[in-house]
Amino acid sequence: MQSRARAIQAVLDLVSDQPVIICNGFASREAFKVKDRPENFYMTGSMGMAAAIGLGVALHKPQKKVVVLDGDGNVLMGLGTMATVGALKPKNFIHVVLDNEAYGSGGNQPSYSRVVKLDQVAKAAGYVNVERVREREDLVYEFKDMLGKDGPSLLLVKITEQVEDVPWVPLPPAQIAERFRKAIT
Amino acid sequence: MIESDVFCQALQDIGFDFFTGVPDVLLAGVIETLIERRLYTPAVREDEAVAVAAGAFMAGKVPAVLMANAGVGNSLNTLASLNLLYRQPCLLIIAWRGFDGKDAPEHLVMGRTVTQVLETVRIPHRTLSEQTAPDDFRWVAQTFMKERIPVALLLKSGVVRGIQP
Ligand SMILES: Cc1ncc(C[n+]2csc(CCOP(=O)(O)OP(=O)(O)O)c2C)c(N)n1
Ligand SMILES: [Mg+2]
Repeated sequence: MQSRARAIQAVLDLVSDQPVIICNGFASREAFKVKDRPENFYMTGSMGMAAAIGLGVALHKPQKKVVVLDGDGNVLMGLGTMATVGALKPKNFIHVVLDNEAYGSGGNQPSYSRVVKLDQVAKAAGYVNVERVREREDLVYEFKDMLGKDGPSLLLVKITEQVEDVPWVPLPPAQIAERFRKAIT
Repeated sequence: MIESDVFCQALQDIGFDFFTGVPDVLLAGVIETLIERRLYTPAVREDEAVAVAAGAFMAGKVPAVLMANAGVGNSLNTLASLNLLYRQPCLLIIAWRGFDGKDAPEHLVMGRTVTQVLETVRIPHRTLSEQTAPDDFRWVAQTFMKERIPVALLLKSGVVRGIQP
């Protein structure tokens, strides 16, 4: 198993100009440190809404694969959005769930993803491709595969509870959004 | 009374080209018209809807979100920490259930307080009426892009056709 930061690095190394929306908590902070790019949208509040933001982008940029880097606690909070994605079936939507079975950024309390299999929830909701991986090489293989085929896809990545020593994303939120908007046009 | 298609056309003329949200019976006529025009994408929650709207705006659309005033409660944190903070404008079309204390009991607290809630988080709002409609739509168009934040248009029962409870 790898840390959240290593998993984020693997995904960001495989994308080119694809929009990437990153959920709140350490995921956004680590992504900024690992590889800041204008096509990254760092969500700092609105817990649970990363997939919804990604869906709004994906519906209107059908020629681009849109990647959401989500957390298990975030997915559980915005669980309804799995239904919306499964129903609308945007082909260009890739949902990567970094699953440490915990609210890592909230003090590491256990989350229900320990017992509720989020990949099976996605399958039941109607995601077209669903995979679960632990090792980095499997993450790389499956994510590359998802970049090349029609979705919606969900990749559940089991990660460790390790946290990097990272500051808050130092960009003003309005600037994150404006930079992202320009980069994906 | 404003016809649903006149209402939708006025919004399209301003530039709104993506509609999402969660239904309320007061909005049934408007949503029916939007579905006929293939402009409406249903959401499952109002916080999801305003987040989808933010994504759509960054992808070049001009979004509007339909909801009951109960949905203001459901979406408040996302409005505050996403749409307001990141300056992602959208039009909130809010069915004002519980206005004047005349509605089912579950609407009364939000019905009494919705404008104060909006004012507290500094979302500009206006209440649509048939007499002031051209002015109301002009206000929406101007405030929306100038402020780059969500703005709200409240719809009471009987103002737009097809929306009697
Ligand atoms: C509505 C809301 N509730 C609680 C929080 C506090 N909070 C911030 S991040 C986080 C945990 C996120 O968990 P997860 O998505 O699993 O990501 P992880 O930190 O484990 O990588 C919590 C509880 C918040 N920001 N917003
Ligand atoms: Mg977690």
